[in-house]
Amino acid sequence: MDKDFTQLDAIIGQYRGRPGILIPLLQEAQQIQGYLSKDVMRHIARETGIAASDIYGVATFYSMFKLKPQGRHIIRICKGTACHVSDADSIKDALVSALKLKAGDDTTDDMNFTLMEVACLGCCSLAPVIMIDDTTYGKLSPEAIPAILERYAFVEEQ
Amino acid sequence: MKQISVKVGLASCGVAAGAMEVYNAIKEYKEHAEGLDLKQTACIGMCFEEPIVELDGGAQGKLSLGKVDPAGIIDIIEAYRRGELTQANVILADEIEGSRNSLLEGQTRIVLRNCGVIDPKSIDDYIAKGGYLALQKALSMKPEDIVNVITESGLRGRGGAGFTTGKKWSLAAEAEGKKKYVVCNADEGDPGAFMDRSTLEGDPHNVIEGMIIGAYAMGADEGYIYCRAEYPMAINHLKLAIARAEERGFLGHKILGTDFNFELHIKEGAGAFVCGEETALMQSIEGKRGMPTIRPPYPARCGLWGCPTNINNVETWANISWIINHGAQEFRKIGTDKSPGTKVFALAGKIAGSGLIEVPMGITLRDIIYNVGGGMKTEKPFKAVQMGGPSGGCIPASLLDTTVDYDSINATGAIMGSGGMVVMDEGTCMVDVARFFLNFTQNESCGKCTFCRIGTKRMLEILTRITEGKGEPEDIERLEELASNIIKGSLCGLGQTAPNPVLTTLRYFKDEYLAHIEEKRCPAGVCTALIRYEIIEDKCIGCTACARKCPVSCISGAVKQPHFIDQEKCIHCGACYKACKFNAIRKG
Repeated sequence: MDKDFTQLDAIIGQYRGRPGILIPLLQEAQQIQGYLSKDVMRHIARETGIAASDIYGVATFYSMFKLKPQGRHIIRICKGTACHVSDADSIKDALVSALKLKAGDDTTDDMNFTLMEVACLGCCSLAPVIMIDDTTYGKLSPEAIPAILERYAFVEEQ
Repeated sequence: MKQISVKVGLASCGVAAGAMEVYNAIKEYKEHAEGLDLKQTACIGMCFEEPIVELDGGAQGKLSLGKVDPAGIIDIIEAYRRGELTQANVILADEIEGSRNSLLEGQTRIVLRNCGVIDPKSIDDYIAKGGYLALQKALSMKPEDIVNVITESGLRGRGGAGFTTGKKWSLAAEAEGKKKYVVCNADEGDPGAFMDRSTLEGDPHNVIEGMIIGAYAMGADEGYIYCRAEYPMAINHLKLAIARAEERGFLGHKILGTDFNFELHIKEGAGAFVCGEETALMQSIEGKRGMPTIRPPYPARCGLWGCPTNINNVETWANISWIINHGAQEFRKIGTDKSPGTKVFALAGKIAGSGLIEVPMGITLRDIIYNVGGGMKTEKPFKAVQMGGPSGGCIPASLLDTTVDYDSINATGAIMGSGGMVVMDEGTCMVDVARFFLNFTQNESCGKCTFCRIGTKRMLEILTRITEGKGEPEDIERLEELASNIIKGSLCGLGQTAPNPVLTTLRYFKDEYLAHIEEKRCPAGVCTALIRYEIIEDKCIGCTACARKCPVSCISGAVKQPHFIDQEKCIHCGACYKACKFNAIRKG
């Protein structure tokens, strides 16, 4: 699958020849597989003439770009000031232990979840907050976490 | 049956609190109910009351309900129709008592005037409120006269630093170049700040109108709105607004029949806080790593792709149409002499009325927190208010009578910033707060300047060890020295202001640092490593609940006998404290 670039070529075609395209191009390219593989970045370099080092430089600079495969569901844990003073750390601990993540890992072994920290989701009045895919969960306590995660596990079984 | 209108607030904060379910419940009800007009709006600012529903047209007049539950909303609507709605849940009302009416009284709304009032997806709603009249007026003026009006208004950049907007505009207007750009900085990255998100979600046309006027005044024909990708609804509303404005001839070629052309694009950020800095933001629009560059040359002379460029933040742009419509003198009547106008703040943390407010400059912090913000959320007393996010500082209770204007806030060591205001109570540890912000700036440093890259790391290490009870007496001096060098040795605002959270907490809360370092004690009871758990013999009944929960098995004692915690082995996790049902464990 890695070597089939039909979808990617269609995206590159839309951007070719315009200035300042690299970031939106990479954002769209990432949507195909959920991350940017080295093959994808090399292919973009070949097709656009942008140096591979520049592409890698941009991909590693911005937190949105992922260089590793991501889980089916993305859990964003808010680390904004309001969440921090509302003990977001205990929510993170609860997530890490419920997902059985090993130190240094952000994705579960079954590739169902990827856990990441974000600076602020802008829903400070609901602190502490997490976002799973596009759904926001607010006013959380560590005890509420397992039940929330279960909803996503259940969907997978179906 | 008499027609009533129902409006549901569907901004991000409302949706996160469940407003969509409320909206859908009413939509379903509407299918077999007559005389009901269902609309959506964005955020009135009272995030703590979301989901909010506004009812109008009934005998009880216009009123808003807070914390609406999808299961109960239909009964409420029917009671309202009969004119029998009780006052529970009524937060804002014209004719009857609303529990939160007082929170709006201290506010002056220019930027947020349409937020939570109009449907942000409808250009007709915006036009009905006088939208795009300022553009028509501006296009009949000479460009230099518009710049003069903005200069006379005394408007200062709302992004944080407070540079005079008129001055910035005149530099870009005078700069030579065939091609010029205007940019809207919507890369709102300060944790605890969501003013720009709400403004863009709630009234996108107002920001766009300001940009079109600015482009005409400065001679630009192309513009960018650089918006955080974490704000999908804001981006969505902007895209829709741009398309509608193009259809009506407010944007694009030969605007409103004149020779003025202006094209507006949206650029989504990709997650880098430093891109809020204007030179880094331009690098990012050009598709590069967002690293700041040396100024001069300033963007007004040499900006995007080498062309003269003007960059203002969302709130600054959102002031423009009002100033053109009402004139510089009317604007100067609000606020203070040196800081005219209003400021939008995002209230968060331990405050009862968390959400978005717009107040005249010159109001005191005390007024904001205790009147407009509704006071503290918990019973614990007020300790500090954090302003300006990672670039700002913590202002203590003794300075609560400070007035809100650029110069007075700067004098405290904090900064006005973009408008994040996080209220902290006695349960917040100030060393931990400083460590939190340093951790943030350390992560977000782009790495270009050595002092910012490594200096913030060293400061973070020192702060971390202080919170772990390993602080040394010399650490305070080391922090101060590093702070001063980072300020001097950094190119952009991120590095130059990164030490502020540490410097202000050291200035106002030194006792807390000393308690951590000398007594190995966290007065607020936040720093885990410094918390000591002890069993109170008289209260312990020997139920063994704590011993069973302890992950390191450091609690001993026979059944029905008082238990004992081995302090040597204890990892301070607090599991025993939570497990005890008899309040027999002391935390301190």
